[in-house]
Amino acid sequence: MKIFGEKGVERLLSVVAFSAISALALIALFIFIEGLPFLFRYGVKDFLFSSDWRPESGKFGIYPMISASFWVMLGAMLVGAPLGIAGAIFLAEFTPKTVMHIVKPAIELLAAVPSVIYGFIGVVVLAPIIREIFGGPGLSVLAGAIILGIMILPTVISISIDSILAVPVSFREGSLALGATVWQTVHMLTIKAAKSGIVASIILGMGRAIGETMAVIMVTGNSVMIPNSPLDSARTLTANIALEMSYATGMHREALFATGVVLFIVIIILNSIASVAIRKKVIVK
Amino acid sequence: MEDNTKINDKIEIKNLDLFYGQFQALNAISMTIKPKLITALIGPSGCGKSTLLRCLNRMNDLIRGVRITGQVMLDGKDIYNSGMEITELRKKVGMVFQRPNPFPLSIYDNVVYGLRVAGIKGKNQLDEIAEMSLKSAWLWDQLKDKLHHPALPLPLDQQQRLCIARLLAVKPEVILMDEPCSALDPISTSKIEDLMHELKKDYTIIIVTHNMQQASRVSDYTAFYYIGNLIEFADTKKIFTAPDKKQTEDYISGRFG
Ligand SMILES: Nc1ncnc2c1ncn2[C@@H]1O[C@H](COP(=O)(O)OP(=O)(O)OP(=O)(O)O)[C@@H](O)[C@H]1O
Ligand SMILES: [Mg+2]
Repeated sequence: MKIFGEKGVERLLSVVAFSAISALALIALFIFIEGLPFLFRYGVKDFLFSSDWRPESGKFGIYPMISASFWVMLGAMLVGAPLGIAGAIFLAEFTPKTVMHIVKPAIELLAAVPSVIYGFIGVVVLAPIIREIFGGPGLSVLAGAIILGIMILPTVISISIDSILAVPVSFREGSLALGATVWQTVHMLTIKAAKSGIVASIILGMGRAIGETMAVIMVTGNSVMIPNSPLDSARTLTANIALEMSYATGMHREALFATGVVLFIVIIILNSIASVAIRKKVIVK
Repeated sequence: MEDNTKINDKIEIKNLDLFYGQFQALNAISMTIKPKLITALIGPSGCGKSTLLRCLNRMNDLIRGVRITGQVMLDGKDIYNSGMEITELRKKVGMVFQRPNPFPLSIYDNVVYGLRVAGIKGKNQLDEIAEMSLKSAWLWDQLKDKLHHPALPLPLDQQQRLCIARLLAVKPEVILMDEPCSALDPISTSKIEDLMHELKKDYTIIIVTHNMQQASRVSDYTAFYYIGNLIEFADTKKIFTAPDKKQTEDYISGRFG
């Protein structure tokens, strides 16, 4: 991922948005045609806020999945955003350029690792550790949050580094010339100047977290219940669709499409927040 | 030109050599800077004016492969060897850059940036110093109603004076200016020159300029540099009317450079 300026971040986002829009429009249309009628027949409120998911008895309440997706995503942010931003700052500001030019591509390569591998590591390494330390089943919201948090690191680090490096040298010089230390310059100026890129990186990470399916299926345990603690097993919206779509028919199938509609809307909302956040940034030449 | 005989030197540069890697950019420079006067550095492009200026607040430390020998004394203390904190030095010796570089923050946050860096937090104190600094840079009347607007949309000359205000806020003793007007039109340039004249009462100013008229208008002393060497350093009047060196005369009469 090569982005050469604040403007570059914006341009990238608009290109991505544009090409995505045409494809999305078709997919969206399909999902909505399949899912919306059910949603209204069944009742939006019952669908979203009932915890009763028993397709065999015609009960389709997805609140447990919404709650699971929310907590897993939030946890992934809590793990991934600070680590990612700290890593980006460290690499961009406190690491010799030569080292950074080796480490950054290596981190970006991690984005290409298939998610099933992350899931595998989650099952084999992480879940037993959680089980040992905290008890519970191990396969849990916490495991999902940690694995997803790690999975979004390449996105967060790479885009954040690019936006930090895109901050003009003249700002840095101006700050240092006023007697600021490198660290003061980073947190009082550079991060603020790079804010739009950093926010964009986190939101792209959130998109990845909420949409991720395979790794989540493998590590969260997939019980259909509202998680009461990070150690509980839970099933996200994406996992629910993936696990049941293969055998679902009739109402059940429609309910899964309606779940897709919900995911779709959540992601639209996320993107709107992102664009507001980006519009709020200070203008940088 | 004041005729105070015994003013202490503010800065004394002794036998300063600077290398960028193998390339020697400054060659055995020795000169003294008098307090509360304006010293101009002139010379053709690439002769080392900016390099010298950046030695005085150690901005060259940021460039890899720079090697410096010799001494720069600020009030009698070697800034390279006396254990002086580099951040303290830069608070005393501030810099105005060629291209105005206000931060992408609000006008207010720009002005108080250096104060926050220095750990000053009290809102009243910040407000007070911000107002004083903006007044000293002749910006208060224009900007007092939009202190919390972003600084980057300001016109260039206001940007540059904002950078000066930002500097004045930390109460430096010396102000280094590297071609501060080269991005500005003549009217804004004369505003900055007038401002320099005003600031001279309280600050020691060193200005790099390509503009001969500017040097002769604003400065008390002028140093002429040529390919890393200090050729002549004297009263501005003398440099521009009766220089000792042929090279100086050729340069100021526009025969080269
Ligand atoms: N970072 C650097 N690395 C290597 N050489 C440099 C560096 N900065 C400047 N130089 C060289 O040092 C010499 C002096 O440069 P300097 O910028 O001080 O000149 P100047 O007198 O300010 O010129 P100008 O009037 O164009 O601003 C030039 O030959 C320049 O190429
Ligand atoms: Mg220069």
